[in-house]
Amino acid sequence: MARIELDHIRHSYSPNPRSDADYALKEVDHTFDDGTACALLGPSGCGKTTLLNIISGLLTPSEGRLRFNADDVTGLSTQERNIAQVFQFPVIYDTMTVYDNLAFPLRNRGVSPGEVDRKVRETLDMIDLSDWANRRARGLTADQKQKISLGRGLVRSDVNAILFDEPLTVIDPHMKWMLRSQLKQLHRRVGFTMVYVTHDQTEALTFADKVVVMFEGGIVQIGTPTELFERPSHTFVGYFIGSPGMNVLPVEIDGTSARIGGLDVRLSAPVPSRSGARMELGIRPEFVTLGRTGAPFEITKIEDVGRQKIVRGTLAGHRIAAIVAEDSEIPAEPRIEFDPRGINVYADSWRIETGAQR
Amino acid sequence: MNKSWNNRAWFMVVPVLVLVLFSAAIPLMTVVNYSVQDTFGQNVFFWAGTDWFRDMLVSDRFWSAMGRNLAFSAIILAIEIPLGIIIALNMPRRGWGVPVCLVLMSLPLLIPWNVVGTIWQVFGRIDIGLLGRTLYSLGIDYNYVNDPFDAWVTVIVMDVWHWTSLVVLLCYAGLVSIPDAYYQAAKIDGASRWAVFRYIQLPKMNRVLLIAVLLRFMDSFMIYTEPFVVTGGGPGNSTTFLSIDLVKMAIGQFDLGPAAAMSLIYFLIILLMSWVFYTVMTNYDSER
Amino acid sequence: MLELKNVSLEVGADTWIDDVSLSLEKGTLNLLLGPTLSGKTSLMRLMAGLDRPTSGEIWFDGKDVTGVAVQKRNVAMVYQQFINYPAMTVYENIASPLRVARAPAQQIETEVRRAAELLKLTPYLDRTPLSLSGGQQQRTALARAIVKNASLVLLDEPLANLDYKLREELREELPKIFSETGAIFVYATTEPQEALLLSGHTATLSEGRVTQFGPTLDVFRNPDDLLTARTFSDPPLNTITLPKQGAKFSLGGGADLPVPSDLAGIADGEYTIGFQPHHLSLDAQTAGTQPIRARVLVTEITGSESFVHLDFAGSRWVMLTHGIKSFEPDETVNIHIDTRHLLVFDMQGQAVRPPVRRAA
Repeated sequence: MARIELDHIRHSYSPNPRSDADYALKEVDHTFDDGTACALLGPSGCGKTTLLNIISGLLTPSEGRLRFNADDVTGLSTQERNIAQVFQFPVIYDTMTVYDNLAFPLRNRGVSPGEVDRKVRETLDMIDLSDWANRRARGLTADQKQKISLGRGLVRSDVNAILFDEPLTVIDPHMKWMLRSQLKQLHRRVGFTMVYVTHDQTEALTFADKVVVMFEGGIVQIGTPTELFERPSHTFVGYFIGSPGMNVLPVEIDGTSARIGGLDVRLSAPVPSRSGARMELGIRPEFVTLGRTGAPFEITKIEDVGRQKIVRGTLAGHRIAAIVAEDSEIPAEPRIEFDPRGINVYADSWRIETGAQR
Repeated sequence: MNKSWNNRAWFMVVPVLVLVLFSAAIPLMTVVNYSVQDTFGQNVFFWAGTDWFRDMLVSDRFWSAMGRNLAFSAIILAIEIPLGIIIALNMPRRGWGVPVCLVLMSLPLLIPWNVVGTIWQVFGRIDIGLLGRTLYSLGIDYNYVNDPFDAWVTVIVMDVWHWTSLVVLLCYAGLVSIPDAYYQAAKIDGASRWAVFRYIQLPKMNRVLLIAVLLRFMDSFMIYTEPFVVTGGGPGNSTTFLSIDLVKMAIGQFDLGPAAAMSLIYFLIILLMSWVFYTVMTNYDSER
Repeated sequence: MLELKNVSLEVGADTWIDDVSLSLEKGTLNLLLGPTLSGKTSLMRLMAGLDRPTSGEIWFDGKDVTGVAVQKRNVAMVYQQFINYPAMTVYENIASPLRVARAPAQQIETEVRRAAELLKLTPYLDRTPLSLSGGQQQRTALARAIVKNASLVLLDEPLANLDYKLREELREELPKIFSETGAIFVYATTEPQEALLLSGHTATLSEGRVTQFGPTLDVFRNPDDLLTARTFSDPPLNTITLPKQGAKFSLGGGADLPVPSDLAGIADGEYTIGFQPHHLSLDAQTAGTQPIRARVLVTEITGSESFVHLDFAGSRWVMLTHGIKSFEPDETVNIHIDTRHLLVFDMQGQAVRPPVRRAA
């Protein structure tokens, strides 16, 4: 397994990039420690696949160097980099059995038959396909095929990193659960470095130790799932992560209070005011409490999703969503309060550090 | 799938049905008619029943022509299919080379068949043909008019030149439909060029290859124009295929009865072959 | 109103749709929920008239339309792969059904603009579909479907190829668009969450059969059988087979679960108990529930909640709790099952209901 160093990497698909807008991937300078499970999260076109292709060797970056454990691999081909990749749709060798599919990468490298057998059996056990070893790979279900794809990476002990390109796209929601938790368990057990590209925030947050949120070619925030959830450093991160996303309200800051159209919200610490900047308050629906006290709230819609209810409405003309528990009652005159732990203040969409956050 | 019936569409098919009736169905019935009768000329016919069929099935002439057909089909399949695959594998899949290669490959298929025959007939002549003259000047004793072996070689090379492109285009279509991810995965797995061919390209081309084999087999089994123009069936009867023999019998010797019987047997064999291939193909499909 | 009466579809030796009977009212949103290959697309094709059922009848507004070709029925369909005419502009795409129906030019203009407004496509009317993003292409396909003013609109997993956030956005807008036209909407999806968010009525499908049909929340809270309960749960339903003795389900090792009071009269024996992941927690919710010891397999954190995968006596369970929890694998924890929301099924998989209470 390897530590992956992205040293001032930038990429443009056009030969003579002039301005920042010509770059599909804006500057990335970060190191992922050995054994990290890292997710690249963002909407379509944000550059996450470009970054993955640079790590896998499919693309050579226009600028910057890529290192695995201090070895510069920028110029090396995919084979030479010793990585494994799982694609969006299962890529397996139809004509071979499950066993032969897993043995293929080892046999190509001239590993002895005894060793091949040992590693393949070990991997079959890890991906829970031991009973299917002698079946033709073609007849299996989509999630089993994806596991075979994954197995071909796990079977090589010298692999530097395993890359995933939206691997759960063709899997049914039920199997997604199984596969995700199995991936996580595998990661705990084997400790390989994994880079996982997805546009689904649940996948990213449940799976990764570190999540890289990307938008329009640039990295917006890198952090643990908790950090991204509680302290998103950009309103985009707040919006993109969480279902529903963070509520963003324009406010006027006055020392320790934020004013939204006649309402005063107390902040836990004074916020230095910035002249000319657009000030906003971000609060996640999970931190908006609906009850009998607080600011008057007009409900427009209640969505009952079984385990909780999403209450959508307006506060002084601004749309807000709140989450209430399954069996709770909605009062006739609803009012909302903001939990101070969940309040973040943004100037021009970037978060302001107040130093007093938990 | 059970589709709802659209009756109006059937009226549009009627002209085609009429055409097929006159160009195929009625002549076929005429042939059947001739095959069970005997004539001494002057339009007087006697019922012969299955006599002609029996005679045909024991005649040396029929079986040696059949043998020549089968040998011919086997040889050209053995050459054209692998050659077609190799060429298709080496054709570019992206860029300006693609339309250039596609046009080059299509050219031989666009030439009328008797023109193909004429081209090779002239090409192979030792006095004015480029190939014939070159081989002669190199000291090789090549004469497709006199030597049966040379005649065979000429006919085979001509067919390969004419029809390999079809196999190429079909295989190319199959290859192009393979997603890039498969090649990437093979690279990551460290697969050799041969392994990529064997485990990714060939399995994906299976269906297309089946079509190619069927088409080439049927066409080669029915071959008439090209060898006829080049060798006329000669020297002797070394390149007399079933179709050429048939025409000789019917038009040359005016033996309508035997000719009709032979052509029906010929027709039934091809029908059988097509049915076999069709069953194999649809079974293959439903297996997937 | 669309009625399917004992409709079956057999292709070769396989039964793709097995004896389905449904009644869909005008102006309703109906969801077909089930895994891939459960028959959703086949059923929609039958409703549209693209395929003819092997047996059974299809009636629309009191008339038998079973043999009627799709061109004669007033149907619109939206697919997963954003299907638009690539060579036409967005305006022309949306206008195409009206042009085929030879509507007057003035009407075409008003209808197209109205549909574009509804789907937020007005700035893109002059562009071709391929130059737009995935979400906008799908909106174009949707606009084309609603401008037809069809009485039946079929949507086959229309949001499946879109980004997660885009899906959320469009999903919020869909109910508004649906209510504007008053047609019968049929929407196929594999995600239970989507069914719950869109509300309306849901039909759960499994292997070509409709296992239950009713108001969405009703099917979710009161499934008629285990198959429906499983189809309609995401994360997967937690289940365990327990013997009932008197007023308790025995969990082994002295622990037990109280039987819901209205089911006290059912016979003793083995039953399958099911409960949703959010009805499992780390603190006692109802008085009198004893803690159960289970082994943690892995924990997944999603923002403010955690999914804890547990093993209890061989059964694999998922617990959804608030807050961020991190447990070590193989750690043992005390968990509590919320007995107010237990689902009880007999050994044939049928829901056990008290004789008096009727499902709403």
